[in-house]
Amino acid sequence: MKHSIILNLTLPLIIAFNAYAETAEEKGLAIAKEADLRDSGFNDSIANMTMELKNKQGKTSIREVRVKTLEVKGDGDKGLSIFNKPNDIKGTASLTYSHALKPDEQWLYLPELKRVKRISSKSKSGPFMGSEFAYEDISSQEIEKYSYKYIKDETLNGIDTFVIERYPQYKHSGYTRQVVWINKQEYRPEKTVFYDRKNSLLKTLHFSGYKQYLDKYWRADEMHMTNHQTGKSTLLSWRDYKFKTGLTDKDFNRNSLKRAK
Amino acid sequence: MNANKIKSLICAVRRRRTNQKLTFICVHLRSFAFSFTFVLLLTPPLHAAEWSGNIALQSRYFPQAPLPQNTEQYNNYLSISAEPEFYHGWDNDNQSLTFTPFIRIDQYDKERTHGDIRELAWQKVFNNWELKAGISKVYWGVTESQHLVDVINQTDAVENIDGEDKLGQPMIQASFEKDWGTVDVFVLPGFRERTFSDIKGRPRFYPYVDASQAQYESSNKARNIDYALRWFHMIGDWEIGIAHFKGTSRDPVYLPGLNNGQPVIIPFYPQMNQTSLDAQATTEDWLWKLEVISRDWLDERFLALTAGLEYTFIGVMDTDADLGFVAEYLYDNRNKNITSFFENDIMLGLRLAMNDEQSSEALLGFIVDADTQETFVSLEASQRLGDSWKLELEIRSFQRVASSSLLQTLKKDGFVQIDIGYFF
Repeated sequence: MKHSIILNLTLPLIIAFNAYAETAEEKGLAIAKEADLRDSGFNDSIANMTMELKNKQGKTSIREVRVKTLEVKGDGDKGLSIFNKPNDIKGTASLTYSHALKPDEQWLYLPELKRVKRISSKSKSGPFMGSEFAYEDISSQEIEKYSYKYIKDETLNGIDTFVIERYPQYKHSGYTRQVVWINKQEYRPEKTVFYDRKNSLLKTLHFSGYKQYLDKYWRADEMHMTNHQTGKSTLLSWRDYKFKTGLTDKDFNRNSLKRAK
Repeated sequence: MNANKIKSLICAVRRRRTNQKLTFICVHLRSFAFSFTFVLLLTPPLHAAEWSGNIALQSRYFPQAPLPQNTEQYNNYLSISAEPEFYHGWDNDNQSLTFTPFIRIDQYDKERTHGDIRELAWQKVFNNWELKAGISKVYWGVTESQHLVDVINQTDAVENIDGEDKLGQPMIQASFEKDWGTVDVFVLPGFRERTFSDIKGRPRFYPYVDASQAQYESSNKARNIDYALRWFHMIGDWEIGIAHFKGTSRDPVYLPGLNNGQPVIIPFYPQMNQTSLDAQATTEDWLWKLEVISRDWLDERFLALTAGLEYTFIGVMDTDADLGFVAEYLYDNRNKNITSFFENDIMLGLRLAMNDEQSSEALLGFIVDADTQETFVSLEASQRLGDSWKLELEIRSFQRVASSSLLQTLKKDGFVQIDIGYFF
């Protein structure tokens, strides 16, 4: 009995001591874990994505993709993307089993040939549909993808945020680091700044129009990416979000890829 | 098949000028009516119906003068094509109807002026299986230089010489998903003949292929019912398919014949049993690919394979572009008197994807005969213009053609092709 009383007394002390001595790395990781926890359990989602690509001269072009996602516990999510615009790639679809540190597994369906091609997906840093978003920017965000460091607290446009840095652990990532402003109350990202392989400022991403779904999951209606090196930008908008629609593994295989609409 | 049998076949060639095309159109119309009635009977609510597709203008320029014996060929051919697609899904997209007609009108070649129903099929997805009925298209295989295991659909050879354009095939397909793989069962009623250019068309062999005199080994001719079975599975980094096909060969053998006293080539479609294996391993940097067929036809069994690899450099020279290298070996041990261009050949290819806003890409390929150094050169490049237009360039050329080669009469038919397409 005596023993356990001591234990009961010392345990809070140890915890308190640890909190006090928490390193910037530990605090960064703790914030990432909390954000991940708050976003887990959505099971599956379907949404329509529109991208407006704008070049330096202000000329725009439109991309439309329907995105289905299946949450996978302990690994990256499964995703099915069905391309609707531009018209010449209408009906093309891609299936991705994403992984944090390994290359993703990826298949492409080419409707003209009715061919499903397993493709090499080592590169997550390439541009997604010619936009300023790289594949790694829009694929599922797993804790293991980065190591973390808490930098400071900051008020961003009136919102209290944690500023953390994260360092990609995947060896073929296009970045050395990302600085993320995380909303203290909701643990959702408000802004991300990307630094390229040479650690030069590359892009800034702003999240806006957050909506909460199923009283839990925050999703931004708009994600605006500006490339500082090229002067180009992409406005990515999400519409018609649906959660827990009953999708299962069967909706994320080669046969479902072939008939995806 | 021995010489006597071939001889008797040639003798048996009747001068049928009956229009086989009419039969096809009838078959198509009948299946069209069938499917359409079927769909009407199901009376789905029309909520996910949509049209898409493309219209394209094509110019083919042949820099070299035709062979002297081909007196009716030209140097430049214009054509226009359209391929709209209608898709309608209902029952939460578990049922769908797809209709994809295709038409091309060519300036000179009456055989290349043709229409086809690429797809007119109803599909239903059940819990662990799928059913498809109608006219459709199926692709099997992994390699780039040739498509040995891909045997369900006939090649629409007047469209292009790469064998990638296919005619719609009437089929009933059931697909079962199991833990140990996917099994597809095909019943294929109604055979489609390969398309061939007419006497004015290019590129083509000399003499021209007279498709109206086509011969069959099966007494059912084009009405023979073919069957196919395929198992496909993913195991780790491997994807493996094993298939068997029994029925009328999509590849004809070519027999000498006459039309009004002039020499022609007559396509003869034998019966075949073909077992195939296709496999791809995807590692971090490499794709390893293999296609093998063992075909039993014309009293012989032969083996053919394509084996290759692909490596892609990501973000070359600090750009967004990817540069891929493809190398494949092509082997075929069939009887030398019967057609195969690739009995001991090497394909080398270079694939460039700019990953830009216009999706600019190019594929340069060489297929070289290891024995004769005969070389087939191919360049394909494309770029989107604005949001709805696409420009495509294609160059095909035959180099160092050996005098004994099957390609001898094709050697002047290298061409440059430009397509401008509008997509909706």
